[in-house]
Amino acid sequence: MKLLLTGNEAIARGAWEAGVKFATAYPGTPSTEILENVATYKEIVSEWAPNEKVALEAAAGASIGGVRSLCAMKHVGVNVATDPLFTFAYLGVNAGSVLVTADEPGMHSSQNEQDNRNYARHAKVCMFEPSDSQEAKDMLKEAYAVSEAYDMPVLFRMTTRVCHSKSIVDCSDRVEVMDKPYEKDIRKYCPLPAFARGMQVKLADNFKRLEDYSNNSPFNYIEDNGADIGIIGSGVAYRYAKEVFGKTVSYLKIGFSYPLPMEKIAAFAKGKKTLYIFEENDPIMETEIKAAGIDCIGKEKLPAMGELTPDRVRKALLNEEAQIIEPNPEMVLPRPPALCAGCPHRGVFYELGRRKDLMIFSDIGCYSLGLMPPYNATDAMICMGASISAGHGVQKAFDIKGDHSKKVVSILGDSTFFHSGITSLMDVTYNKSNTLTIILDNRITGMTGHQQNPGTGYDLMGEAAPMIDIEAMVKACGVKNLISIDPNNLTIVEEAIEWGLNIEGPAVIITRWPCVLKKFSAQDNKEFPTAFKMVATVDVEKCIGCKKCLKSGCPALAFDRANKKSGILKETCVGCGVCAQICPKQAINVEVR
Amino acid sequence: METKNIVLVGVGGQGTILAAKLLTTGLMEAGYDVKMSEIHGMSQRGGSVSSLVRYGDDVQSPVIEIGSADIVVAFEKMEGLRSLEYLKPTGKMIVNDTEIFPLSVIIGVTTYPDNILDEINSKVNLRVMSASKMAEELGNPKVMNVILLGSIIKSMGLTDIDWEAIIADNVKAQFKDLNIKALQAGMNAV
Ligand SMILES: Cc1ncc(C[n+]2csc(CCOP(=O)(O)OP(=O)(O)O)c2C)c(N)n1
Ligand code: SF4
Ligand code: SF4
Repeated sequence: MKLLLTGNEAIARGAWEAGVKFATAYPGTPSTEILENVATYKEIVSEWAPNEKVALEAAAGASIGGVRSLCAMKHVGVNVATDPLFTFAYLGVNAGSVLVTADEPGMHSSQNEQDNRNYARHAKVCMFEPSDSQEAKDMLKEAYAVSEAYDMPVLFRMTTRVCHSKSIVDCSDRVEVMDKPYEKDIRKYCPLPAFARGMQVKLADNFKRLEDYSNNSPFNYIEDNGADIGIIGSGVAYRYAKEVFGKTVSYLKIGFSYPLPMEKIAAFAKGKKTLYIFEENDPIMETEIKAAGIDCIGKEKLPAMGELTPDRVRKALLNEEAQIIEPNPEMVLPRPPALCAGCPHRGVFYELGRRKDLMIFSDIGCYSLGLMPPYNATDAMICMGASISAGHGVQKAFDIKGDHSKKVVSILGDSTFFHSGITSLMDVTYNKSNTLTIILDNRITGMTGHQQNPGTGYDLMGEAAPMIDIEAMVKACGVKNLISIDPNNLTIVEEAIEWGLNIEGPAVIITRWPCVLKKFSAQDNKEFPTAFKMVATVDVEKCIGCKKCLKSGCPALAFDRANKKSGILKETCVGCGVCAQICPKQAINVEVR
Repeated sequence: METKNIVLVGVGGQGTILAAKLLTTGLMEAGYDVKMSEIHGMSQRGGSVSSLVRYGDDVQSPVIEIGSADIVVAFEKMEGLRSLEYLKPTGKMIVNDTEIFPLSVIIGVTTYPDNILDEINSKVNLRVMSASKMAEELGNPKVMNVILLGSIIKSMGLTDIDWEAIIADNVKAQFKDLNIKALQAGMNAV
């Protein structure tokens, strides 16, 4: 059966066909849809973990317990999961286990462009790199066979283009693989130094055997077009090379990319006048091939940052540029994402942005947009959870310097709090810090497309689940000063911030209102009966055209320049009332829709 | 056959993704090799979105290079202007006559230019469609995307494919007839 699938859908299909029984992930673009799709196969127990470290540990456990497991995350997620990864490699597997890393050449929606092929080398695990959906599915199935035959977890590198591109996939049926018995074996599963040394040797032996596998793998193949120019390519970069050069050059396609098939590479290089290395991001193959004494051209000509798209290849290697039609640049207005109309984060950022006495350490989520106009609130961001701990460091530095001109506010969402905010909050209380933390609980993981999390009351399979209480969690971290508020009431938000700033010691504000795009649960309907059922209108008689309401940054507002009056798009507005509270003339009325 | 390139652009929430899904499904069933690439990261409404669709005998790259699209269909005027560089010189642009203001216009720091269509028309072969208005006339503003899909199908000479069956397989039963009407309206309008 042929289906048109994204790379992420193909991975889910491959996991199902390969007999996987347990899958876990923490969402993150571009990997999120992998688990969302896996969860549609009832034979696979699928879970959202609170973070990537937890996810990989659970997948490792399932492998030890005897069923094939899958774990997926975005590239930076692997940073969080490195601790278990490095030692899981030593232990090896019982049933096969694959970790999918979704890398982001081009940084379409990430904070960095790290190349996780480096992790295969660093953690000593082998790696596959598909270039389209068909390969994603086929290689994933092969990865389980390799994982079991060579006793190691397999790292599987996807990239945004492979994850989010659709292509045709020939699908087959699920193969029921035998579960593996679990047998106690402390030499295999307990990496005490005495045993770990043995594990290290076993791992090195397995890698030696994998070199043979790599040289003979059907996923590393030569397409000989009789040319004296050769291209060695991996991932979608290989597709881009073929797009540009067609049959005018010969190719060595690398699908199993660590360890590299050095014998095959040497044979392919023989007699080639020029050898190019096509790989996105770091010069990894290039370095290893050059180290083997084989002459080749890589990043000295091809871009080392961003995607290796055909236009960039043409420019770099052929000095060709497409004839393009350009619009008058003055007319083109950028269209960055904006907080949705009715977003529960709006009121908080409106109030934070008005103060000049704050150093705002923000986090990763929809609220990252708080740095943009009209709020201009945020000072810094690093990675998930860092708002609280890095904010703590900034506050300590201010205290050490005796600088009291600004106080630190740390701001993060519910999912991020569960992911890695809890340990950071302990750092704040334990080390007697003096920061204000605002947890924006919008009852869902918004930015990545509305996944359930430990606080929402539902799991990935759609079943009711225990709801972790953020308030109780905050108290358990030793915070004495804590309030929960409705973020749409600006007076309450303003007073809460003032309250928090005046407390000596750690203070926490929890805002609780659902994301506009969340699909409401029964509990939400009960708790927020009026949410998004209202609409605001401007009374043009009262409106003086002061534009103050526009400072809410709501995309449902539209200023009528001709008449110098504010207006509200009825279809877009959900009646949160934030703009109405800003209006100094009470010209905005909010009514039931 | 040489690979064909279709670009669909719009603003998040306008339904470009469904239109591209129907299009690629039909192309696959007609026997073409198909690749489609989408960049969608942040879930907020309101950012620019694009779907790149390629079909032919053997398609390698999932992305469309600038200067190589046979047709660009813009669900919103500014997005059409922004995407001009995708078009090859002989390419065709279809623009839905609709404005969605970016935040900078909403907060009053920029103005939305009123001569976007003239600018596009002065540079490429332009066809303006009132798809949003047509959709409202059909009774549901959401089918604007399927109207524009109809215009792509006609413009690319793909009318032989059984689109009604594709729609029937991919939209809820109660919206089937409406979507088929929308598709026909779009085909007839170009
Ligand atoms: C280590 C890591 N994992 C995953 C992500 C992807 N990611 C970005 S924001 C986010 C969650 C945001 O949810 P929440 O904190 O609840 O805020 P919201 O978007 O709902 O406002 C995730 C999972 C990331 N950036 N880093
Ligand atoms: S998706 Fe939800 S949290 Fe994100 S901007 Fe929209 S309303 Fe706010
Ligand atoms: S009430 Fe005002 S701020 Fe809230 S959604 Fe409507 S226009 Fe936007």
